[in-house]
Amino acid sequence: MLGHLIRLTAFAILFIACNAHALGADEAKAIASGEADARIEALNKAVATADDKTAAFLQALSDDAVKVAGSRVFIVRDEKGVDPVSGAEFAVPEDAEDVINNNRMRGELDSALAALKLFSKDEKTRIAAIKQLQSDADETKLPLIEKAFAAEQNAQIKEQLGLVRAAALLNSADKAKRLEAAARLSTSTQANTKTVLLARLALETEPDVKYALQNTLRQVEASLAWGDRLGAIFSGISLGSILLLVALGLAITYGLMGVINMAHGELMMIGAYATYVVQALFQKYLPGAFDWYLLASVPVAFLASALMGAALERSVIRFLYGRPLETLLATWGISLMLQQLVRSFFGAQNVGVENPSWMSGGVQVLGNLSLPFNRLVIVGFAVFVLLAVAWLIGRTRLGLFVRGVTQNRPIAACMGVNTARIDTYAFALGSGIAGLAGCALSQVGNVGPDLGQGYIVDSFMVVVLGGVGQLAGTVYAAMGLGILNKFLEGWTGAVLAKIAVLVFIIIFIQKRPQGIFAMKGRSAEA
Amino acid sequence: MMSNPLPAKGPLLSRTGWSAFIVALIVVCAVAPALNLLVPKDSLFHLSDYGVALVGKIMCYAICALAMDLIWGYTGILSLGHGVFFALGGYAMGMYLMRQIGLEGNYKSNLPDFMVFLDWKTLPWHWTFSDSFVATLFLVVAVPGLVAFVFGYFAFRSRIKGVYFSIITQAMTFAAMLLFFRNETGFGGNNGFTDFKRILNIPIATPSMRMLLFVMTGVTLLAFFLLARWLVAAKFGRVLQAVRDAETRVMFSGYSPLGYKLTIWTISAMMCGVAGALYVPQVGIINPSEMSPANSIEIAIWAAVGGRASLIGPIVGAFIVNGAKSWLTVAYPEFWLYFLGALFIGVTLFLPDGVVGLIRKLKGNKA
Repeated sequence: MLGHLIRLTAFAILFIACNAHALGADEAKAIASGEADARIEALNKAVATADDKTAAFLQALSDDAVKVAGSRVFIVRDEKGVDPVSGAEFAVPEDAEDVINNNRMRGELDSALAALKLFSKDEKTRIAAIKQLQSDADETKLPLIEKAFAAEQNAQIKEQLGLVRAAALLNSADKAKRLEAAARLSTSTQANTKTVLLARLALETEPDVKYALQNTLRQVEASLAWGDRLGAIFSGISLGSILLLVALGLAITYGLMGVINMAHGELMMIGAYATYVVQALFQKYLPGAFDWYLLASVPVAFLASALMGAALERSVIRFLYGRPLETLLATWGISLMLQQLVRSFFGAQNVGVENPSWMSGGVQVLGNLSLPFNRLVIVGFAVFVLLAVAWLIGRTRLGLFVRGVTQNRPIAACMGVNTARIDTYAFALGSGIAGLAGCALSQVGNVGPDLGQGYIVDSFMVVVLGGVGQLAGTVYAAMGLGILNKFLEGWTGAVLAKIAVLVFIIIFIQKRPQGIFAMKGRSAEA
Repeated sequence: MMSNPLPAKGPLLSRTGWSAFIVALIVVCAVAPALNLLVPKDSLFHLSDYGVALVGKIMCYAICALAMDLIWGYTGILSLGHGVFFALGGYAMGMYLMRQIGLEGNYKSNLPDFMVFLDWKTLPWHWTFSDSFVATLFLVVAVPGLVAFVFGYFAFRSRIKGVYFSIITQAMTFAAMLLFFRNETGFGGNNGFTDFKRILNIPIATPSMRMLLFVMTGVTLLAFFLLARWLVAAKFGRVLQAVRDAETRVMFSGYSPLGYKLTIWTISAMMCGVAGALYVPQVGIINPSEMSPANSIEIAIWAAVGGRASLIGPIVGAFIVNGAKSWLTVAYPEFWLYFLGALFIGVTLFLPDGVVGLIRKLKGNKA
């Protein structure tokens, strides 16, 4: 209901600038009843001279809130009847019938409403309206589009409106207008333009217009191709950065320590649920600072998973060092128990984690390519975590100890390194990074008890492909797999792409069983 | 790693072993059918239909566990992909059963319902042999065997072993599951095959048919047990155990492990395929979730609970775990995963030789 009110007030404000004649009672009647063709004609006539009452009436029609009794038309909201022309309240007669809109009528209503929204004060609403009109504009909307074009202040939106005008003119009966429209559209970078052009091309009979249309189509396709290609690369990088986050933790626990941790995905899940809990706490106690909950949840997710990891290492995994197959089975058991634990506490359903407002929206790079902020943030976050891990392993005393214990445990122990404690720290670090991955995943996917299951095969593939004990290998493997996956998806669809990637890895490992970057020297045969 | 003594050379089974085997055979072929079909329903000794279905199902699982034991317990290769071979056998049988439905599907078409739904006009090529029972019996063994042979050849040739091999088999399972979930691969998508009506033109849902399948499963299990016993006790089996314990030394002694590993891997996959083919008509459904990685890894825990590297162990393990599962998932559904998880951890930490190993140890202490 609130939604209706907001929309209605928006329309009321919207049309103050519009000097048009008011909605007439016979007009409303013609739009609401009769044959679909006649209704659409009446609708298009009314739209050309619309005012705020027309807008409210059309909105009501589209919301199925209009009834007809005899020759009178009512807008019925909250069981109160309102005359669409005078705005006065009326009792709705018992025998009033609902107005039924078929799909065609609905489509016309939507595009009529979109045309009216071109005059909204809100830029976002105008842009959304333009998007919709790009694919279904026709000549009847032209007067409105012209008016909006003349009134538009924002240069960018004006440019877009010009394209919409051209798209509307493309179906004009006048050949010269069609040619002009075709020339105008050649600069478009919108995917919709292609649809409009293709539709017109199928109908066009004049050879020279056809030729112009084909030319335009070629140019539009060329500029679209760039957007598509860049889009695929970006979603590849985005997927790759998620894989990287997931695999970085494994690169430490499996790559450095040699522990097969099948519960890695569940440690991610714990990180995601930690994010959820922090979000709930912010909602309850700090609603003013809600936008910043994500920053607070990063350390919380890390600590929650790291503590769980340390507990697991101390209680189970440490007794299984050197027995990888047993470790695999035991950690699988752990993963089952953690899933059930989360189910007992939070329920089997997915929980909702919202993006903070600064992460919604995106940057429009090309007409058909926009980069969502949440994806960009995750790419940046993955880079940050990668650098932090590289620094921690390569530059700190803890990292030195971890490397020392990995390379030669007895000698490290002889040098006075407490190897058992280093094991716990290293495993906790790997688990904590899994928690960070979970925190990131909560921003782009569903958070549920089986969140980790979907990633476990992928992440092991990344580590195996990249080569054990190598951070650089993990990075290349994650990015490579991400981009390969997205490009294949373009050709074959998501599932077949995934299968193709798995087959590729299996074949690749035939050739290079040690991964892209093989360890050299003594540690290779360990 | 494992310190099981090699079985002494001699008869296939000891005297007590043979008598136990014959008792088991009699129970499966005579006692169980009699208790189910002849004893009146209200009698204390009546074996319910539910019981028959449950035990029949678990015997199929036991075949898988036995196959897993051959490859994991005796050769030291942990497969996380045996669910695929099980499901392939099941799908081969399922295709035949789908064709046996004939014109009685919901759409009264000669094609299986899901194909009508997808608006297909003819059978896809891989359904060519699905009308023939004999061909189906061949496919049940040949398809899992071929897949295993090709996969194993490439994996073992490039000496992928240990955890690498396990992870790759898991990836294979995952890929196969995704593939079978697709509608256009022609295996019924995520609904799989169900609503079977007949096998060899005999209605499938009658008590005597159910009992026949039960007996066949039991006999197959016992036959596979003998086969496994024979394989393990022969020189072939000794080389396998040597590969498990010190593969490099086996190679230095002049053996090529490739042939040995590949043979046992393929045999193990074929056994799973047979188990799947026996499973589908009893359970009445096969769908891609049988290929989920979780199912394959569960087979490993059956073998581990009962005791690896002892042939009776996996069978016992399959009965213990699945018995507990069918009870717990009904009585305390929320505790089943805790129990299963704890079983994974507890067995690996405290019972490396499983229940059978524990019993042996207790006996050894007494003596």
